[in-house]
Amino acid sequence: MVASTKTISQIQELEEDKYKYGFTTNLESETSPKGLSEETVRFISAKKDEPEWLLDWRLRAYRHWLTMSEPEWSKVSFEPIDYQDSYYYSAPKTVKDGPKSLDEVDPELIETYEKLGIPLKEQEVLAGVAVDAVFDSVSVATTFKSKLEEVGVIFCPLSEALKKCPDLVKKYLGSVVPYTDNKHATLNSAVFTEGSFVYIPPGIRCPMELSTYFRINAENTGQFERTLIIADRDSYVSYLEGCTAPMRDENQLHAAVVELVALDNAEIKYSTVQNWYPGDDSGNGGIYNFVTKRGACRGHNSKISWTQVETGSAITWKYPSCILQGDNSVGEFYSIAITNNFQQADTGTKMIHLGKNTTSKIISKGISAGRAEQTYRGLVRMSPKAKHARNFTQCDSLLIGDQCGAHTVPYIESKNKTAIVEHEATTSTISEDQLFYLRQRGIAVEDAVALVVNGFCREVLQQLPMEFAVEAQKLVGISLEGSVG
Amino acid sequence: MIRTDDSSLNFLQNLNIDRPGLPGASLPWLNALRQNSKDLFIDIGLPTQKMEGWKYTSLKPLEDAGFRTTNEDDGLVSIEQVPPLLPELDEVPRLVFVNGRLQSSFPTQNGLPDGVYLDHLSNILNEMPGWAEKHIGKVADANGLPLVQLNTAMMDTGYVLRVGSGLVVEKPIEIIFIGGVTDNSIAYFPRNLIVLEDGAKATVVEHHTCIGSVGSYLSNMVTEITLGASSNLSHYKVQAESKDAIHLGSVQALVASDAKYDSFTLSIGGRLSRNEILVQLNGSGAYAGVSGGYLMRGNEHCDNTTTIEHLVPDTSSREVFKGVLDDQSRAVFQGRIVVHKDAQRTDGHQLCKTLLLSSGAEMDAKPELEIFADDVKCSHGATTGQIDESALFYLRSRGIPEAHARNLLVQSFLAEALEEIPQEDMKKAISNKILHWLPASCYLSEEWRET
Amino acid sequence: MLEIKNLHVSVEGREILKGLDLSIKAGEVHAIMGPNGSGKSTLSNVIAGREGYVVTGGRIVYKGEDLTGVEPEERAAKGLFLAFQYPVEIPGVANTTFLKEALNSIRRYQGEAELDALEFVKLMRLKTKHLGIADDMMKRAVNVGFSGGEKKRNEVLQMAVLNPSLSILDETDSGLDIDALKIVAEGVNKLRSKDRSMLIITHYQRLLNYIVPDKVHVLANGTIKRTGSKELALELEEKGYAEFDGTAA
Repeated sequence: MVASTKTISQIQELEEDKYKYGFTTNLESETSPKGLSEETVRFISAKKDEPEWLLDWRLRAYRHWLTMSEPEWSKVSFEPIDYQDSYYYSAPKTVKDGPKSLDEVDPELIETYEKLGIPLKEQEVLAGVAVDAVFDSVSVATTFKSKLEEVGVIFCPLSEALKKCPDLVKKYLGSVVPYTDNKHATLNSAVFTEGSFVYIPPGIRCPMELSTYFRINAENTGQFERTLIIADRDSYVSYLEGCTAPMRDENQLHAAVVELVALDNAEIKYSTVQNWYPGDDSGNGGIYNFVTKRGACRGHNSKISWTQVETGSAITWKYPSCILQGDNSVGEFYSIAITNNFQQADTGTKMIHLGKNTTSKIISKGISAGRAEQTYRGLVRMSPKAKHARNFTQCDSLLIGDQCGAHTVPYIESKNKTAIVEHEATTSTISEDQLFYLRQRGIAVEDAVALVVNGFCREVLQQLPMEFAVEAQKLVGISLEGSVG
Repeated sequence: MIRTDDSSLNFLQNLNIDRPGLPGASLPWLNALRQNSKDLFIDIGLPTQKMEGWKYTSLKPLEDAGFRTTNEDDGLVSIEQVPPLLPELDEVPRLVFVNGRLQSSFPTQNGLPDGVYLDHLSNILNEMPGWAEKHIGKVADANGLPLVQLNTAMMDTGYVLRVGSGLVVEKPIEIIFIGGVTDNSIAYFPRNLIVLEDGAKATVVEHHTCIGSVGSYLSNMVTEITLGASSNLSHYKVQAESKDAIHLGSVQALVASDAKYDSFTLSIGGRLSRNEILVQLNGSGAYAGVSGGYLMRGNEHCDNTTTIEHLVPDTSSREVFKGVLDDQSRAVFQGRIVVHKDAQRTDGHQLCKTLLLSSGAEMDAKPELEIFADDVKCSHGATTGQIDESALFYLRSRGIPEAHARNLLVQSFLAEALEEIPQEDMKKAISNKILHWLPASCYLSEEWRET
Repeated sequence: MLEIKNLHVSVEGREILKGLDLSIKAGEVHAIMGPNGSGKSTLSNVIAGREGYVVTGGRIVYKGEDLTGVEPEERAAKGLFLAFQYPVEIPGVANTTFLKEALNSIRRYQGEAELDALEFVKLMRLKTKHLGIADDMMKRAVNVGFSGGEKKRNEVLQMAVLNPSLSILDETDSGLDIDALKIVAEGVNKLRSKDRSMLIITHYQRLLNYIVPDKVHVLANGTIKRTGSKELALELEEKGYAEFDGTAA
């Protein structure tokens, strides 16, 4: 079936006002000098009042970065990034010393987050969700801190963690994603400005969902946050990350790093609803989302589960991965990626099986519409020691319209005869029959498409924490508005 | 700028890339083509594992062997030694190449109808230079693959099959390449052409083998296939080579509307083999069935790399590859299905399954879908695993000894690929080769051969 | 025929059979009944010699020979047959081919001449006719696409062709409707003889209406709790296993 021209034009009409997060907030900012140099790195480190070892680490990363070339293997294309034409640190002036409590937060900031649907005042906060809000380069508020502290959970900006529990940060920072990993991660290591730190002590089931909202506001600013989550023995945490940015004509770089460590019997569930500004419908502007996310299942019976709903960004380049070291550890990756207009996404996962009886599951649902290009890229590796390891991968792509592309590039490497790897992939379109059936029953074409696409994504949507599943479901519909036939 | 590294240059120097007396040496267009390819190859060099398409296969064994090109002093074989795949030794049209050189003392044109040409490349270049110019390099060279460039520069042998419009060749045509009949490490570069004009039909069976499992040789082969409208080619390739042999083959086919290309590649031996198959479906109703089996042991390495390009609407393709790896052997499967813009109603399916029999074996698979049209049905699947223990117990509990039960399960596993072979006699011939690969110590019933 | 003494069996380190005793004489038909998880399938698998079922104590003596360390195919060749609860599918191998391989393997072991294709087909035709098995089913791959009833009939056919001395029927009645059950039971009854013993493992009494046992044993929690005549099965049908295993219905 080919998307009918009528519905394509319907979509385009809707396109204009669909990115409702595209406003900017007028705040005075303090920024680093433009461009990237050792000075920039020292400036950021000094602003954050960091210990010597961290500055050294940043500088090592920066020097290594100078020797690296852009990763070229992915199926995304863009003009070379001018790293000197960007600011690497931007902080709203009023919070430069960090707010002691919400009362000290600039009311305009609180308003911004309210517009985003993220109330920071605790009494209004979604029940059972603690939020860390990051605005450009700094954290502006973390809610429910005291309640978490009661059970020993540390949830705070990374810069604060450096003061609170420097040993934990030093031990784990860069232990999953080394600063040499890839050009984007290396850049992040040199210039990261903020991010969330989570530590769950042994035996603790984190009493609420933890959540971070990232917002790029300032112009010409890259955002380089770094998240570190450690789940100690027998602990559990569910973490959700959301992101938005204003509509701007130029491209902004977001090169984040997320590191997860799960020790014996620990479980980390990490969910992302990524809705960075995708650019306008002719492909101008939008965020370059070049993110390195990796989790290490270090302990026996540990589990790391990634769920992502990717609807935003001009270009997405991310592969949330699991290193399954501990025996019986489990890795999961559930993904919905929607690209429309001129968006490009090259996303997937890596499951590296090292321990015995390790299992992994990959469910990827890609939807491509407009003139978008989308690639699933995944690696499943069974090492010689991964006895009786198992992987199951299901990778489905849905194409809407005849101008877009959907690609599937799995790498499967098995060096163990007792390991079982199963991979399946399909590519298809929404059938005319399905749409007709729904429309005949009185459902408008847009709703019918959203319905079919939501059905297509069901397995992944089910993985999201309840509070966000509804939001994600709506997002799926909005992202595809008008794209359909 | 010459980017070629030392190892590539050493490899080339041994080969004497500028040697005189190659087929068609008096044809200016061919010399120009060779020169161009030589320049390109020197620029690119031998593929390395840094290239995406060669991520899992190293050509190191090639650099170390010190191959030189073959000459008259390298040995010949007698007709009794020729190992045919098809039993009727004197009844099918057959070409036999020994050490890359056509052994013309054997009968060739058994019962080919008028309008069908089957001959050595150099004879065709002499007798039909105008026709050859229209075909050589037209399908294969556009893709800039380094090993194709090498072959174009070096082509020193090969077969040409041309079937005129509407002609049907009933008997399979057998081409036998026997390598390693010499004490030297030799290299040869067959360039084959298969051209089926509109409505023509033929079956080509290639047997790449050796005598007594010995000999160090490199075969760098390119086969260009052009299939006219509604033509039908069945193309079988059995590769049962010596433990030191290196086989680097590239098959490139252009398939017109309503034409059908069926290929099956069975790899059961060789130090290193790479079978590249690239099919372009260029007319509505065109079909490609590209399947194969790979059975490896020792330190053998087999790489099947396929690309099916759906260029226009209403084309279809099917791929089924199944393999069994023992000892320290390794196999690679890279399969791409590309659906071009506007190639609506494409139907493309691919499957690759591998059994690992030993903990030292390794399988790397990269099935790829690259899709630019929306009204398509495409899928791929890939699995690796070991013999199903419950099936093994079931067979043993019925009294079948373990080694034999394992063989049965290997055969059972491979059956799905054999089902893709449309011709019964070929299915039988290929099943037989599989039986010979299996550990010989145990009893095998003739029943299997019958089915 | 079969003497099991104080048998202890572990699976993945967990003890399932905890000192089981069982004695079956030539010509006898015994039934073992028990709740889910009592160790019924473990018993059948360990007698047939399946890997992963570790004998940690006691012995299984078959025709006077200790079976410890005897390979599954050798046990089969000695006349031991297990009808599987879940017969395994083997794609690509014709049912006929499989059965002929099995029969000739056993004949070779027993020092008898192998059957050629013609002799085998004759034998098979005779047996399939009895069991109402169509030729088509013999040409298809082993158990692939067979219905539940077809799979079980196929097991009985194999038993008829391989002609074992001791047959173990593991939950052969599960998943069968009444007609299929009758056909299977009839097939089994035809094989009853004074030289042949059978061990029928079942959860329900239903099958025992059609294959009447000489003795009924109740297996619960890894040991035989009670032994009686065929009436014991009826009693169990009425009262359930609660008396032997507090958790079962």
